[in-house]
Amino acid sequence: MLEIKNLNVYYGVIHALKDISLTVNEGEIVTLIGANGAGKTTTLRTISGLNKTTGGEILLEGKAITYLSAPERVKLGISQVPEGRRIFPEMTVFENLELGAYLRKDKNNIKKDLENVYQRFPILAERRRQTAGTLSGGEQQMLVMGRALMSRPRILLLDEPSMGLAPLLVREIFSIIKDINEAGTTILLVEQNASMALSIAHRAYVLETGSIVMSGTGEELARSNEIQKAYLGGE
Amino acid sequence: MEQFLQQVVNGISLGSIYALIALGYTMVYGIIKLINFAHGDVYMIGAFVGFAAITYGKMGFFPALLVAMISCAIIGVVIEKVAYKPLRNSTRIAALITAIGVSLFLEYVMMFFVGAEVRSYPKVLTEKAFHLGSVVINMQQIYIVLTAIALMILLQFIVHKTKTGKAMRAVSIDPDAAQLMGIKVDSTISYTFAIGSAFAGAAGVLVGIYYNSIDPLMGILPGLKAFVAAVFGGIGSIPGAMIGGLTIGTMETFVSGYGNSMYRDAAVFLFLIVILIIKPSGLLGKNTREKV
Ligand SMILES: Nc1ncnc2c1ncn2[C@@H]1O[C@H](COP(=O)(O)OP(=O)(O)OP(=O)(O)O)[C@@H](O)[C@H]1O
Ligand SMILES: [Mg+2]
Repeated sequence: MLEIKNLNVYYGVIHALKDISLTVNEGEIVTLIGANGAGKTTTLRTISGLNKTTGGEILLEGKAITYLSAPERVKLGISQVPEGRRIFPEMTVFENLELGAYLRKDKNNIKKDLENVYQRFPILAERRRQTAGTLSGGEQQMLVMGRALMSRPRILLLDEPSMGLAPLLVREIFSIIKDINEAGTTILLVEQNASMALSIAHRAYVLETGSIVMSGTGEELARSNEIQKAYLGGE
Repeated sequence: MEQFLQQVVNGISLGSIYALIALGYTMVYGIIKLINFAHGDVYMIGAFVGFAAITYGKMGFFPALLVAMISCAIIGVVIEKVAYKPLRNSTRIAALITAIGVSLFLEYVMMFFVGAEVRSYPKVLTEKAFHLGSVVINMQQIYIVLTAIALMILLQFIVHKTKTGKAMRAVSIDPDAAQLMGIKVDSTISYTFAIGSAFAGAAGVLVGIYYNSIDPLMGILPGLKAFVAAVFGGIGSIPGAMIGGLTIGTMETFVSGYGNSMYRDAAVFLFLIVILIIKPSGLLGKNTREKV
């Protein structure tokens, strides 16, 4: 469904992504793990069209989207939950969710999807008239996920959804990700919590200082010695 | 007491005009973090367009107001596209200097075409005035205040109820997150300039009618005062700009009414200095935005 070929991204002179290639098939959860500064966020931002590439290709269902604007990519079904819970704090929970459906015109379905989001995250329904900035960290994370779902994405990009959450909540977020995937949305998940990510992912890639150094199924990588040492704190 | 009420009436009229100009400053600042120093000159152009519409076009008040607003909206969008957009990713000081350049450009281009002399505005509204005791409220003041209120209600409606307005708020909060919603940042910025400039155009016509005189440099001082109003209210805040405009307008009429009109401008800027010392973020402004 999503294919990245030899992607290169620079920030000035910093070569942040070096010739990376990866594929996400329809229906999969694929995870991209790596240390701080490896280039995970840059990868997702580039897929969403927030960063420019200096070489390489991004294909969505075989069609190049490399030079489309970010809004055009949203229209094609790419939705992102950005790093650090970028809610619109001064707007209400409802307005945040409404913005998630910004490009859609099918009013009835939007309503249905809103109900679905409220069903998935009942706390958001309770807080719908509150400004989003007053939500707790976990609730904000649910809000950004709900907001991303409101565009009816074909593929959902998640950037460290578990960051800064209590362990119980982390587990809940991961189970929600699994649910979303089982309901038919393809997922590319960026995580530092490698063990959790690998446990729900069909396949995984490891990014190290801008290059992909390893890939395989979730299980394979979870068992691999190098991964154990570098990311899972094992020996 | 009557003197006091009279000053309140005058202050609200003048303040409504400042508020209309201040809204443009604050909206543009909110969305691209630029103090658009050319904004006062857009207001001047609005006054001239209104002048032409009434004098040569033989239009009445409302059609002239509309023509001025539309012309200014277009000019505002063109200024943004030509002068500011290419600098969007450069330093803020570069953009600021460009804004000052645009301001001078508009002033002297206007002077080239219409000359530097002061013109008197044609009379489009009746001279009728209402006397409440010794307090005089004239028709122009009523038109000014009602027009300003109507425009501000319209703005509140646009910003809070329409898709474009929500997009404007989203972009001003977080442009990247807004793009991830599918919002086009460029067109949203254009809308913001269009609305802010249209309001300045309306203010230009209103001030022409109120003071009965216009000239190509008329935008400088009210522009600066409206900027002070926006800072006082908290730059980036729409209600703040409204409150700020009314405060500055009232303050100015009080200083000239009770003290000496020579000091009224000085008083406004002294006020700016005091605000910047006491509450740099303004009345309704946010200190810093939290980012988790
Ligand atoms: N806007 C920027 N300007 C300059 N350099 C940047 C910018 N954004 C990221 N970088 C650099 O690019 C590299 C990759 O950053 P990126 O944010 O993609 O890492 P990451 O894998 O998401 O890290 P983390 O796990 O800490 O979120 C880093 O070296 C970072 O310093
Ligand atoms: Mg990151």
